[in-house]
Amino acid sequence: MKIGILRFLGTNCDYDIWEYAKALGHDCEWLWYKDQFNPTAYDRIIIPGGFSYGDYLRSGALASRTPVMASVKQAAQNNIPILGICNGFQILCEIGLLPGALLANNNRRFIDKWVDLEVVSENNYWSWGQQNIRLPIAHGEGRYFIDEQGLKNLEDQGGIWMRYNDNPNGSVADIAGVTQGTVAGLMPHPESAIYEWMGGTDGLKLLRES
Amino acid sequence: MKILVKILPKPEVLDSAGRATFNALKADFESLSGCHLGKLVELDFKEGVTEKKALEEAEKMANSLLINPLVEICEFEVKE
Repeated sequence: MKIGILRFLGTNCDYDIWEYAKALGHDCEWLWYKDQFNPTAYDRIIIPGGFSYGDYLRSGALASRTPVMASVKQAAQNNIPILGICNGFQILCEIGLLPGALLANNNRRFIDKWVDLEVVSENNYWSWGQQNIRLPIAHGEGRYFIDEQGLKNLEDQGGIWMRYNDNPNGSVADIAGVTQGTVAGLMPHPESAIYEWMGGTDGLKLLRES
Repeated sequence: MKILVKILPKPEVLDSAGRATFNALKADFESLSGCHLGKLVELDFKEGVTEKKALEEAEKMANSLLINPLVEICEFEVKE
């Protein structure tokens, strides 16, 4: 597969995603935040984690208004699978491609640890059947928030992708990842779980051909 | 012309920063029943821009970028 990987000022998981995709045999290309791209040129688009724009204003808010995100929106309209990890998830919520918002953790601390997750819905584009997996999280603003109606819509449409077994940040309904159409976002970092020496390999299940 | 955009978390959203600040204040200030933390944005408009125009523009800026309406509310104040 050909994978486009976005980079903003402050993205810091870009090379992790690049190496991760290369390790699985995929072709990668960088997509710079100032540039627009052909929205149908990639099989997958990934927005990596980091601290784009230093999390100024709100995490993901300023990155969501860049030229490259206009192309990401067009790619979503063309049903290209798009994945946002951590800051990428925040950006996708800010631009409205995913519902909800990500707020400061309820304990006000940056949390860096491994978490157990339950994958609760089938996702046709980012393969992970229903199962329990273990991935690391590393975020200060990962508390998923959505209002009651929004949560009901998510539940009705099977939009909850994965939940924390032991909620670390106060997320509504233990939500760690959501999907909408071909777009998906999650707070845990699958690219940091691909070799045993990292602590686990459950992240490998994400980018395999589905 | 300056417009202040005063941003606060919506009441139904857990404001953990406000809560932590409240917990630090309440021991010394019995009269306090709550504390909410938000953001203050000061917008400087060019000379000659009318107050009406500046307020309209500030509202558009708030809705398009400065606040996330799902979790935040805001008020405007004309400063000078």
